[in-house]
Amino acid sequence: MDGQGILKGLGVTLKRFVNTYVDDIRWWGRRYYTTEGIAHRSSKDAIGIFTVQYPEEKLPVPEEFRFVPFLVYEIDEDGKHHDRCTSCGICAKVCPPQCIWIVRTNDPNTGRPIPEPAEFYIDIDVCMNCGLCAEYCPFDAIKMDHDYELSVYNRHEKNIFNKDKLSKPESYYASIRPANYAREEQAKAEAEAAKAARKAKSAEGAGN
Amino acid sequence: MTEQVLAPNSELTTHFPEAVSADTRKGYEGFLVNPANLIEVATFARDQLGYDYLSSVTGVDYLPDNLLEVVYHLYQTTGGSGLVIKTQTPRDNAVVPSLVPVYPGADLQEREAWDLLGIRFEGHPDLRRILMWEGFEGYPLRKDWQEAYYEEDGKPFKSRWPEGKVRRAEEKNPFYKNVSYPAGFNPDTWMPDGDAALYASLNRVKAQYEAQAGGMDTDLIVVNMGPQHPSTHGVFRFVVALDGEIIAALKPVMGYLHRNHEKIGERNTFLMNMPFTDRLDYLSSLSNNFGYALAVEKLMGVKPPERAEYLRVIMAEFTRISNHLMAIGALLNDLGAYFTPMLYALAERELILDIFEAATGSRMMCNYFRFGGVARDLPAGVFEKMHDLAFERLPKRIDEIDLFLTNNEIVRSRGQGIGVLTPEQAIAYSAAGPVLRASGVPYDVRRADPYSIYERFEFDVAVRYHGDIYDRYMIRLDEIRQSIRILQQALRDLPEGPIQEGKPQYQVRVPAGEAYGRVEGPKGELGFYIVSNGKPNPWRYHVRAPSFINLSGFEKMCTGNKVADTVAILGSIDIVLGETDR
Repeated sequence: MDGQGILKGLGVTLKRFVNTYVDDIRWWGRRYYTTEGIAHRSSKDAIGIFTVQYPEEKLPVPEEFRFVPFLVYEIDEDGKHHDRCTSCGICAKVCPPQCIWIVRTNDPNTGRPIPEPAEFYIDIDVCMNCGLCAEYCPFDAIKMDHDYELSVYNRHEKNIFNKDKLSKPESYYASIRPANYAREEQAKAEAEAAKAARKAKSAEGAGN
Repeated sequence: MTEQVLAPNSELTTHFPEAVSADTRKGYEGFLVNPANLIEVATFARDQLGYDYLSSVTGVDYLPDNLLEVVYHLYQTTGGSGLVIKTQTPRDNAVVPSLVPVYPGADLQEREAWDLLGIRFEGHPDLRRILMWEGFEGYPLRKDWQEAYYEEDGKPFKSRWPEGKVRRAEEKNPFYKNVSYPAGFNPDTWMPDGDAALYASLNRVKAQYEAQAGGMDTDLIVVNMGPQHPSTHGVFRFVVALDGEIIAALKPVMGYLHRNHEKIGERNTFLMNMPFTDRLDYLSSLSNNFGYALAVEKLMGVKPPERAEYLRVIMAEFTRISNHLMAIGALLNDLGAYFTPMLYALAERELILDIFEAATGSRMMCNYFRFGGVARDLPAGVFEKMHDLAFERLPKRIDEIDLFLTNNEIVRSRGQGIGVLTPEQAIAYSAAGPVLRASGVPYDVRRADPYSIYERFEFDVAVRYHGDIYDRYMIRLDEIRQSIRILQQALRDLPEGPIQEGKPQYQVRVPAGEAYGRVEGPKGELGFYIVSNGKPNPWRYHVRAPSFINLSGFEKMCTGNKVADTVAILGSIDIVLGETDR
């Protein structure tokens, strides 16, 4: 009858309203500002308020989350940094908005090209966070970051990232993307092992 | 590709032996029609062959041949594959008869082809620019037109590698230096004449109203709504001519968000376009990925492996649910139920976006599909999340939204009988998706012309019969329920295995030819028309955008209703301006 639909609808809002407090009481004290509370609020069982009070609370970012690329470098025993990047240019070629600039160098003595890039720029105003550079890099040298808080006052000065700003250690990469890192390291180890086996075999063949 | 159109082949060519010939270019399909006979042939295809639905109209600039070609994709609303007809015209005097008398749905699409390619459609009732502004010089989609900050015809640009001199576009070409005016043109005194033509096009109904008033001097009042009107969900403007409170005529005005997506697409390589498709209908990026991947895969002749197909369907159906939740919420906002239903819907959408973020890396700009597969497999824990949503939470929550809104007296009285589009009108105006099906036409590309693996799933094509706002709301609830059904089956059957056919490649080889890939997007039929000439960049990249074409019938829905109803009617069409304006 007239008005029944509205009343039923109001019943739904009333139930939602009550549920908010039910969930609060059930999770007494743990629903806000705690990791498990935030996880609960974005789970299938959440019945109350689902908002997160940013910046006091932050949603955890999943491993695959991508925001602005960074360059991975490795540190050897002497503490020297080695870029994984070989300036092959695939990331610059695959980048849809073309926001990657790479400058290669040659060794002044021999004139041969040095694999590590002399300069590496990403205009992060232009970057569309598509992740194609990281996906197609054959050396796992460029990866997508998790840090999404990049506001600055002056974009012209701050938002073209140079190689210094872009470079981050391998350990950082391993910490934000553990599963990917483990997978890649395993693949590398397998490739190494296969190579060693081949070498041993050919040495054996030569010996015979 | 060509065998699917062979059935009507003989009929068209035997009936018009002089005017129609099969398109024999390698990789092309369909028929070439003499422009002089175009209307005749289209009428025959519609009335005798049953191709009553004009899906897409677009043009291609074949610069080397000095030709412009107009391509029409026709379908039967009873299902089946399509009929492609084309007509060619010289570039320097491009004139083609307008198909608006045969298919009224060609209206906006022909205006777009005129605007961007400079093809004049003789007999079009209101041929004005649509996405660019009146007074714009040139036709941007012509191959010899170059944009500001033009660098090269195709990416990747040489300046990025190996030279790598970092420059911002605006530094390279500072403001005021990149503008040249025609002789005698003064930008400070120039007044655009576009609006005069717009208002004149509305005044065509004035004489009719004066006759109705029995010779009395009546006046229609012209009211602008938008582009900054909260009901337009973005920057969309429509101009109405009012007789009292009743709408006598209406014209949509768009292009405020125009960025020439298609020109960008033609500069991009094939793969680069994938993240750009996310930005069309930004509420359903995975569905856009789907359509584009299908079109390119058709050209390349690759098929994704089983697991990738299932992942694609799962993602596309989750997208549909999240889009419809948003559509329902926004519609209720427009009806005045300020934000309570919206936030209830958004809470569920949020959980779906969490899944997208975990699986694809982004909540909205997913960029997940690749040619011949998907970008990555599901990370640990995502499958469980999907399962929980599809089997436990969503069915309950949809029932709750149903109980909350469906029988609400205000929703009923604002929705029932308002904004009616009859089935005949819906087909004629090329309406698609929920708008078409709410008008009683059970046409769903997933069933009518199945793609991917949709023929394996059991689901009903949702259909409602009144064609009003209320039915367009109801059909979205129906479709969410059907999507949940598909999800439950897909998640149950999801096989293990590879997710990419062959090795992932950033530079795909696409043979020369054309392809039209279409999917049933949440907003309607989303089509991608691609012409390749074997180079790394597509020669032509066209998007058949449902948000854009559904607006063809907007005037019909509104005429005779009160001005306050336009807001609700627009909400019930569910447009996204990123896709409308492209």
